[in-house]
Amino acid sequence: MTMRVMLVEDEANILEAVRFILARDGWEVFGHGNGATALDEIARRMPDVVVLDVMLPGRTGLDILRDLRNRDDLAHLPVLMLTAKGLERDRDTAMALGANAYMTKPFSNQDLMATIGALRQANPVVRGANA
Amino acid sequence: MQSRKLSDLERPQTGTRIRERRQALEIKQADLAGAVGISASYLNLIEHNKRAIGGKLLNDIARALQLDPAALTEGPEASLYAALCASAATQTGADAAAETDRIDALTARFPGWAATIAGQQRQISALEALNDALRDRLGHDHVLADAMHEVLSTASAIRATAAILAEDSAIDPQWLARFHRNLHEEAERLADRATALSKHFEADQGHRARPEFGAAEAVEHFFDLSDHHFPAIEAKGTSTIAGLMASAGPLDPTARRAAETALADYAADAARLPLGPFSAAARAANFTPEPLYAMAGGDVALVLRRLAALPLETGAPEFGLAICDASGALLRQRRHPGFAVPRFADGCPLWPVYRALSRPLTPERGVIEMPDGAVFQTWSISQPVAAISETGEPVLQATMLLRQDEAGFGTPVGPGCSFCTRPACPARRSPHLAG
Repeated sequence: MTMRVMLVEDEANILEAVRFILARDGWEVFGHGNGATALDEIARRMPDVVVLDVMLPGRTGLDILRDLRNRDDLAHLPVLMLTAKGLERDRDTAMALGANAYMTKPFSNQDLMATIGALRQANPVVRGANA
Repeated sequence: MQSRKLSDLERPQTGTRIRERRQALEIKQADLAGAVGISASYLNLIEHNKRAIGGKLLNDIARALQLDPAALTEGPEASLYAALCASAATQTGADAAAETDRIDALTARFPGWAATIAGQQRQISALEALNDALRDRLGHDHVLADAMHEVLSTASAIRATAAILAEDSAIDPQWLARFHRNLHEEAERLADRATALSKHFEADQGHRARPEFGAAEAVEHFFDLSDHHFPAIEAKGTSTIAGLMASAGPLDPTARRAAETALADYAADAARLPLGPFSAAARAANFTPEPLYAMAGGDVALVLRRLAALPLETGAPEFGLAICDASGALLRQRRHPGFAVPRFADGCPLWPVYRALSRPLTPERGVIEMPDGAVFQTWSISQPVAAISETGEPVLQATMLLRQDEAGFGTPVGPGCSFCTRPACPARRSPHLAG
């Protein structure tokens, strides 16, 4: 079964590069750049892993993460926070809200791939009926 | 466009330096080759700049020649090699480890790509260094925080895209064109954002009252404006401090208190070693501290501070001064233009001012050499400035005075790990960010 990843990222060129390397690795990739509608898009696509930027137009990634963890249908999804905010307290906040991993920009492609792969391995889930 | 060959510009230096050093030590080529485990013919190629060199082999040869590796490799070749190594080090995925032992092959066969990767790595390293240096300010300066977010996002796009281009040789032409276009776009954005950041700092320089401008920096800036010399205090003592503070312009309360304390300390120093007799004695001593210790009653730190406060018209050389507490935190400094000290990052653990903390009350004289070859004489001392009332244990401060030497050799030091270009330094505690 092809693994699905949802990239919530508003920087188009980051999205394109990450989409390329994940697709090359066999992932089905969905991109979304609007924080306000990201949660609905995640619920619609029901990916295996979510990669979530923190600074997004419309709504922050931390708010999206909080709501995601409070929804029964989405709470199980592994989430990687990907952000330029590299302070320790930012990381602590994200992890306290339920992030599974946290990476700061500029990231390496290898680290990103390894982390997403590890999240998938550590969080095997059965895709929902609306997938 | 004609591609640039490494052999034209970069290789001659290292090999030539190895050969010259070996000959100076009267070591046979075969002996040196044997000592480092390579053939004499290969060493011959290196010495004639026909093979690039780096990593373990360079370190081994430098050790055999009793030199710091940097002494052999300063120059464009070293910079290229270091940047490629740094680029490889950032690729931590086990499945895609870069072949660092084949960097010479990469630079020889694809000099354009090597230069491109190195250039991008330097760009990323510079941005990471900037990120570190400004981290403390991000929480207080929203303009800066937004700008840094933009810069880091741009750097991410560049890094991710460049890595794809560097690692994947079979990209579909359409994707290739898109990634080239993306790189160009991001480079333009980066230039715009870097320019905006630069303007932000320029505006900041003339705005001393900003609350996020730390008290120590504000005091340093205040002293810089007077070239660390206050004629009014020299002439009339503490009564002039209020007037000086009135002319200091807007300072936040913490910085104001720090500046008043620093001026009071200055006045106390001036009272103990008045300018007239001290400058005359210093001139007679050719502005060397040791002969002046006696007139200060053995207070070495006082002599060092007073030398750093001498105006240039006395004939004094340009001195640098650093004072730190026992934690290593820099409390006060007078910057020397050739001695780069990071404003927001830690200093070099090899600076004599830190070493002095382990030998209280022991004056030390040394010679240090920065990575760019600038050599400085240093005088250091750590002395108690107070005592803990419950235990009587002394509270130490270390003081270091430095002046530049014309030439020579000194103990290798740096400006602090984040900005230091000595990759093999045994005291390194954080990654080399300078590229």
